[in-house]
Amino acid sequence: MVQQEQSALEERFDAVVAAEQRIEPRDWMPDAYRATLVRQIAQHAHSEIIGMQPEGNWLTRAPSLRRKAILLAKAQDEAGHGLYLYAAAETLGVDRAELTEKLISGRQKYSSIFNYPTLTFADVGVIGWLVDGAAICNQVPLCRCSYGPYARAMVRVCKEESFHQRQGYELLMTLMRGTEGQRRMVRDAVDRWWWPSLMMFGPPDGDSPNTAQSMAWRIKRHTNDELRQRFVDMTVPQAEHLGVTLPDPALSWNEERGSWDFGEPDWSELQQVIKGNGPCNAERIDRRRAAHEDGAWVREAAVAYAAKQEERNV
Amino acid sequence: MTDDHVYLTLAESDHEAEARWAYGTGFADPLLGVDTALAPDVDGADLSLYCQMLGDDALILSQRLIEWCTRAPELEEEVALANLGLDLLGQARLLLSRAGQADGSGRGEDDFAYWRPEHEFRNVRLVEVANGDFAFSVARLLLFATARGALYELLAGAPDPVLRAVAVRGAKELAYHQEYATAWTLRLGDGTAYSAERMQAGLDAVWPLLDELFTPHEVELRLGVDPTALREPVLAALAEVITEARLTVPTALPLARIGGRAGRDGVHTEALGPLLAEFQSVAREHPGATW
Amino acid sequence: MSDMSWPLYEVFVRPRRGLNHVHVGSLHAADDRMALLAARDLYTRRNEGVSLWVVRSNAITASTPDEKDPFFEPSGDKVYRHPTFYDIPEDVPHI
Repeated sequence: MVQQEQSALEERFDAVVAAEQRIEPRDWMPDAYRATLVRQIAQHAHSEIIGMQPEGNWLTRAPSLRRKAILLAKAQDEAGHGLYLYAAAETLGVDRAELTEKLISGRQKYSSIFNYPTLTFADVGVIGWLVDGAAICNQVPLCRCSYGPYARAMVRVCKEESFHQRQGYELLMTLMRGTEGQRRMVRDAVDRWWWPSLMMFGPPDGDSPNTAQSMAWRIKRHTNDELRQRFVDMTVPQAEHLGVTLPDPALSWNEERGSWDFGEPDWSELQQVIKGNGPCNAERIDRRRAAHEDGAWVREAAVAYAAKQEERNV
Repeated sequence: MTDDHVYLTLAESDHEAEARWAYGTGFADPLLGVDTALAPDVDGADLSLYCQMLGDDALILSQRLIEWCTRAPELEEEVALANLGLDLLGQARLLLSRAGQADGSGRGEDDFAYWRPEHEFRNVRLVEVANGDFAFSVARLLLFATARGALYELLAGAPDPVLRAVAVRGAKELAYHQEYATAWTLRLGDGTAYSAERMQAGLDAVWPLLDELFTPHEVELRLGVDPTALREPVLAALAEVITEARLTVPTALPLARIGGRAGRDGVHTEALGPLLAEFQSVAREHPGATW
Repeated sequence: MSDMSWPLYEVFVRPRRGLNHVHVGSLHAADDRMALLAARDLYTRRNEGVSLWVVRSNAITASTPDEKDPFFEPSGDKVYRHPTFYDIPEDVPHI
């Protein structure tokens, strides 16, 4: 009997997903679906929050007031994106405090790209162009994800993210039209960020065991390699227009496929960074932990004040 | 209207979506329709210095707020603090641009922000001292927002049209800053024993820097915008908040001036030098570059 | 969790005059006032709304999906609730 009910629920869930309808928070869903979503959305939210740090590194030094305002608005957006995503995760029955705890104790991951350092102001532009560009490729299909709250959060994130990419590209165009020193900064930044950006799509399909299930659940719509190819095809003409050379000698147009062939990223480097040996892993987590711990007395005070106010109003 | 994407329906409601963005093609000029001609009876050099005074206050405080980024006590506060910083940065840009028009030098906002030496910065010392803890930053914000909000109301009748426009727009922003700072003063002051102690310490630490906001500079007197008039209403408003927060209104004396001079005269604390060194470093590494 | 975290609030935005408030997401705040300010900063950062509601998430009573059938299906056959049920001559104005 119980088993019959279970299979009826599963059938209904599968039918909703197959019909391209959305699963909503209070619907029945398989435990593994819930766990996959929690892990993915939390990782995504953590990435937005940790992602504030590399660019935040240049906020106090932005070389014009206009760039300063843009960068600050962007960092603010990222905090906002993190919050929309944590809110989506919370509809699955987890608490944000719990997710934060997992982040700062290293039990949940964030995108490895943010473990690379930002070394010049041109990095701000290249992050907007390449990192946000790669993020858009990954995220646009998520606007049609089968889980409603995640899909809705992604609609807004993507809308704002496209402006981030535009500002990055515009900054780079300005720098490329500028002094030789500025152009050198751009080339150096592109050299450093190109390969890590390609790695943002995750390991090659052959090494990505969870992809099939995520696609069946309509959480994921495309494989890692498909998205990586889409990103390369989108980016190469932009690089040409900008006048920069992407650091991949294997990059060449494949007439037959109607796509760009490109070289293999150094997957051993990605593994190192994922395992915690990236250039900035420790600093990123330390900063997040410090903010969380230093703010504890403030959060506590607000709770105490709210409790007093409630008592007084009774 | 797509019913499964709330933000698409929200997006449909705006015809000037681009104007909402700090960047993008549709950036709305806040001075659109404002007559930027100088009034004949206003001294351009004085007006320029006054715009630098107010512009530097906003600029330096926005830099201090920006330093909170990725360090705020909660994520919601990241968003709020960035908002305050953006408001002040926006005011600074308008005021510094006006300074360059008023003195006829044609200098732009970046010329003022990145290429003046420390002693030409005209901000009060209140905005430049280091952030301290969250309570200190809240205390500073409470003092500044209360005083600046009151000043902007006064400046709605200023002799310069741009100054008036900045003041009208800025008054709304400052009202929000004041609301934010007031709410946090209450929470910390009337929260836990520890937070009350920190909030009191924050207020005690910034209090000696308050008086400078009410001490007129000769330029202000010549322009007829005497800040002395703010002293009583601002002190009364602050006392009300501090009392409601169950804290004690500090009685500390104003920080001494140096030979009669202070921030408005370009005489600062030791905190401003390092702040500017960082602020100006990239721009100065690339003289003549555009960004 | 030793850390004191703030309660969850649901946020509703009225995108423009003439429309209902719609649910846009949630946030954490220690009190109502903080929730409202944070909602303004977070969900209407680009002037996406003219009015905001915030409500403690635990104050919301919702139908459960299991109740869906008895709860929602009857309205489907009460056709008189739907305006197309009524034949109105085309020349009657403003209906």
